[in-house]
Amino acid sequence: MDSLVSYIYIISGALFILSLKWMNSPASARRGVFAGEAGMLLAIGGTLIGHHQNWEWILAAFFIGTAVGVPIAYIMPMTAVPQRTAMSHACGALAAALVGTAEFYQRQAHADTDLPAFVMVALVIETLLGFLTFTGSLMAMGKLQEILPSRPMTYKNQNLINAVLFAIALALGIRLILVPTDTILFPIFAGLSLVFGVLLILPIGGADMPTVIALLNSYAGLSACAMGFVLGNQLLVIAGALDGSSGLILSIIMCKAMNRSFTNVLFGAFGQIQTSAVATEQRAYRSASAEEAASVLEAASSVIIVPGYGLAVAQAQHKIRELFDSLMKRGIDVKFAIHPVAGRMPGHMNVLLAEADIPYDRLVEMDDINGEFPQCDVALVIGANDVTNPSARTDKNSPIYGMPILDVDKARTVMVIKRSMSPGFAGIDNDLYYMDKTLMLFGDAKAFVSEIVKELPARVGA
Amino acid sequence: MASNLEIGLMVFMLATFVGLEVIRKVSPLLHTPLMSLTNAISAISVVGAILVISNQEATTFSKVLGFIAITAAVTNIVSGFLITDRMLKMFKKREEKR
Repeated sequence: MDSLVSYIYIISGALFILSLKWMNSPASARRGVFAGEAGMLLAIGGTLIGHHQNWEWILAAFFIGTAVGVPIAYIMPMTAVPQRTAMSHACGALAAALVGTAEFYQRQAHADTDLPAFVMVALVIETLLGFLTFTGSLMAMGKLQEILPSRPMTYKNQNLINAVLFAIALALGIRLILVPTDTILFPIFAGLSLVFGVLLILPIGGADMPTVIALLNSYAGLSACAMGFVLGNQLLVIAGALDGSSGLILSIIMCKAMNRSFTNVLFGAFGQIQTSAVATEQRAYRSASAEEAASVLEAASSVIIVPGYGLAVAQAQHKIRELFDSLMKRGIDVKFAIHPVAGRMPGHMNVLLAEADIPYDRLVEMDDINGEFPQCDVALVIGANDVTNPSARTDKNSPIYGMPILDVDKARTVMVIKRSMSPGFAGIDNDLYYMDKTLMLFGDAKAFVSEIVKELPARVGA
Repeated sequence: MASNLEIGLMVFMLATFVGLEVIRKVSPLLHTPLMSLTNAISAISVVGAILVISNQEATTFSKVLGFIAITAAVTNIVSGFLITDRMLKMFKKREEKR
């Protein structure tokens, strides 16, 4: 019987790997989801073959989990996907941490045989990562949902306090590894891990959320992986390692896209550098009306739209689609330039535009589209700011110097839809707005785009 | 004879390399669905939670912990797979449209 279960686990592990492999292109991605589901069903079914004592507890938990999960999946708007992702990191990490806790107490009866040092090492890692990811993800979710303020929260000696706290938790963990029967220490260890998760996310600002979400993803996976070592279950190790490496890669991509290091994201609050960089003099810029903007767009033969999160905040995705359709019908080549950190989590902007029915072959990544800006007639920036700031390339004193940007300034004409001239999220002035070829279009993104769309058909017969 | 630990470490090493290679090839277009998919997959910790509950020596305390763990993990599995599919359905090429 046991060997049957092992074979089922092997198939399940293979399905998980295939599932991620098929995510490499939109054409096969839904097959990937199917493979993942099949792998999960096999894993659960295989486990239940040998372990169905107290089945009424298991069944009840499955029922509640399904009843909660289904509505979440269907009701959640796409703008709220980052929050949902943070919430599910929290759930996954909590599950791992609680299983670790239960195993720890359950094995006390035969501690000398059931809790050898290597099991305790894995168990300490599992619960530490599990509990800190649980509260950390809840914090991230609160910040994304704007229940909590999304700016960095800092106080004196923050890093020192965090380091001391982490050191104490680690010391307790090591003590538990050496003397697993010291059960009194475990609740303190768990409590410190929970508190550390909160403190870790406090100083992190909204702009760094994509990195942090990816990092928490990695922790949740590693926690499940450590559980595999505790239970001696290879399938858990595989699935956890896949999740851990996925989160790691995504957070590295996010860090590179912002030209920051891990340590800088986690320990250096972004808010402190910028305050000195303000106080700029009034500079001249040109503004234009929707009518003028429409005629510029109509005269173009290629247009690149640069969307930022401001577009999603203004709920302008569907109006953008109308503009896209209207321009494409006139034979104008329209593409979207997607910066890796556009949106609130990795790849978020693509989902928001896909939801508005914009075909995905028109969504182009930064590295692929940057070469096209010099040949492009009009670059239309909507709700994006820092990722278009040319001073990231040229001004060594700029806080964003070195960050890879979209080369919007190389387009023949630049148009920027913006509420006012006030500097954006990071408080950095953008030289792009003061160039001779730049037209500023002041107004709400959604309202302005629909005005442009209205101006366009009026001209078709003229 | 390799111990459980050594086998585990070997599997971990291999799975991490496979993971890094496979994920590197995922189109940035799909990074959000990717994250919700890996999320659902990492809810494999449901297996550990089932083992905790079904243990003959399980105390009420560990049954309660296991119960919460299964609920949390199943929520992730169900909502993770469903929302990934919902997102992927939105990605269309131009030809398929109208």
